[in-house]
Amino acid sequence: MKGRRAGAGTSGSEPPAGRRGGGGRRGRLRAYVDAGRRRLHEGELGPAPALLALAVTWTVFQGLNENFLSPRNLSVLSVDIVGTGMVAVGVVFVLLIGEIDLSVGSLAGLSGALFAALNVNLGMAEWLAVLLAVACGAATGAVHGFFFTKIGVPAFVVTLAGLLAWNGLMLFLLGPEGSISFSDDGLVATLTSRYFGAAAVTYGLAVLGTAGYVLVAFRDRRRRGAAGMPYRPVGEIWARAVLLAVVAFTTVYVLGRFEGLPLALLIFLGVIVASDLCLRRTPYGRQVLALGGGVEAARRAGVDVAHVRITVFLVSGTLAAVGGLFVASRLTSATQVPGSGMLLINAIAAAVIGGTSLFGGRGSTWSALLGVLIIQSIASGMALLGVQPAVQFMITGGVLLTAVALDSLARHAAESRGRA
Amino acid sequence: MVQPLLALRGVSKRFAAVQALVDVELEIRAGEVVALVGDNAAGKSTLVKVISGVGPADRGVVEWEGRTVQIRSPQDAQALGIATVYQDLAMCGNLDVVANLYLGREIHRFGVLDEVEMERRTRELLQTLSIRIPDVRAPLATLSGGQRQVVAITRSFLDPPRLLLLDEPTASLGIEQTNQLLDLIEELRDRGAGVLLISHNMGDIKAVADRVAVLRLGRNNGLFNVSTTSQEQIISSITGAVDNTAAHRPANPEEVWP
Repeated sequence: MKGRRAGAGTSGSEPPAGRRGGGGRRGRLRAYVDAGRRRLHEGELGPAPALLALAVTWTVFQGLNENFLSPRNLSVLSVDIVGTGMVAVGVVFVLLIGEIDLSVGSLAGLSGALFAALNVNLGMAEWLAVLLAVACGAATGAVHGFFFTKIGVPAFVVTLAGLLAWNGLMLFLLGPEGSISFSDDGLVATLTSRYFGAAAVTYGLAVLGTAGYVLVAFRDRRRRGAAGMPYRPVGEIWARAVLLAVVAFTTVYVLGRFEGLPLALLIFLGVIVASDLCLRRTPYGRQVLALGGGVEAARRAGVDVAHVRITVFLVSGTLAAVGGLFVASRLTSATQVPGSGMLLINAIAAAVIGGTSLFGGRGSTWSALLGVLIIQSIASGMALLGVQPAVQFMITGGVLLTAVALDSLARHAAESRGRA
Repeated sequence: MVQPLLALRGVSKRFAAVQALVDVELEIRAGEVVALVGDNAAGKSTLVKVISGVGPADRGVVEWEGRTVQIRSPQDAQALGIATVYQDLAMCGNLDVVANLYLGREIHRFGVLDEVEMERRTRELLQTLSIRIPDVRAPLATLSGGQRQVVAITRSFLDPPRLLLLDEPTASLGIEQTNQLLDLIEELRDRGAGVLLISHNMGDIKAVADRVAVLRLGRNNGLFNVSTTSQEQIISSITGAVDNTAAHRPANPEEVWP
């Protein structure tokens, strides 16, 4: 997304002919540098700070402990991020419309507890229990959205009430023991215990992903060319494709040296790609972003504000429930842990650290992946070094504050630019 | 007599204790530019919001080509062919020019946004209107006030409107852009659309308006033919030096139609 805009930014200011003529590699390079400088000036940094933070985190921990970037640790990390990451994807939706959902931790806990109670205590089939748990998340999310939109209770308060109420329901379902263990070879347990080891499958997926990107990029380029509009140069498409391929193949290679590609990570990536496409490429996603840019403007343009708001909370509740199942799956038991508050804090922190604005309208679901990777890397690195959790909290807090400060600065930059 | 494109009959609107509009009458014919003037808090913007469906009236009748219609939402107004440029712009700063133009009426194929088509039409429209925007993919927040105003106006031309409501459109425009906008308004009128122009600028009004309707404290306070009325006369109605409340329903309606 970042690069697309940058590319379009440089192209739009030139007539199509100049773009097609190329203007020499040097001229194009200067255009990219100019675009980068403009973005820096306007405070539109996108995922750059988060990528930098991730690189620094990994370098520092690898320097302190050479096991940090080992296939084993990275494999564990790649599964550990999924539960919180799923919840964070839902949080991104809510942040994009400029609201907050404080109930996602409790909803995740409720989802795991409901699944375990239905499956273990009542003997319900696993698939049905999973379906009901996710539907429960969707329904509660929609209820929050309803109270926020139709009754006019601030989202902060509605979801705070949800945080308490659903946490209570979770404790009730878990009973006096406070946890329910379920089968460790069932459907839910498989979510985080299944790995794809066969090279044909894993490298095939990497090839498929890269090829898919190249195909879409060239199709877009051809259509824009046919319509007589500026389009991305071939070199840039290939550069991006190579970058994507390097990341994909490295991931597959490194994870392949341990147990293979985790199913959980694949599902997580699938959800991110799907939700990213939904936000960037569908009328619905456009309206979600519009709400973050200005509710009144969206309303006057004819956007059904109530519908968008309710569905956004529904998405958030659904993904919280899905995330809750992944958290439970990791422990093969439903526990009180997700409702304790750390999951909520980490999920919101992940979305913000990854680059989604707290003020609405700016961000992408990829920030959920980036943010949760940073947070979980810090946790994992600290655990490897034997540092107590107290220090870990303080460092994560510092990272979060930095992220929000950058976000606020970017907002000021954009505003002052806009006023000029 | 031809039915007016839009007619408001006895429109009233109240915000809590404030009576913003009282029994307002207004007619706009196809192929006519009506200027709506009035002091601050005269109810001009409120009236625009009544017509555009953003803030429907409490009482009164809205007629469209002679039949009574309900405009309860912006969608209703859009369906009739009413386009609005609001004073406070009502654009999303985080979205680019193309996205803002097509907000609420996105072009999509099988549920996927057709960005190429939307951008192509945007460029085409900007070219037709001879409007220069450096980059149609730049977020609106990065444009200057005048440029944003131009984008807001461009949006109302996306589907050629049958009635265009302009609330202080020239406030943040330079001289050249203002002249361009006035040309656009005239072109639209010549194509048979109705235009309601709210403005403080008597020069603009003299240049394009056919009639001037004056609002004062939420009530009609005069309806004038621009070519036969002096500026002083209009201004004294705005300030209330002359009370024309009875004049809003002229004895001979043909008199004020140009």
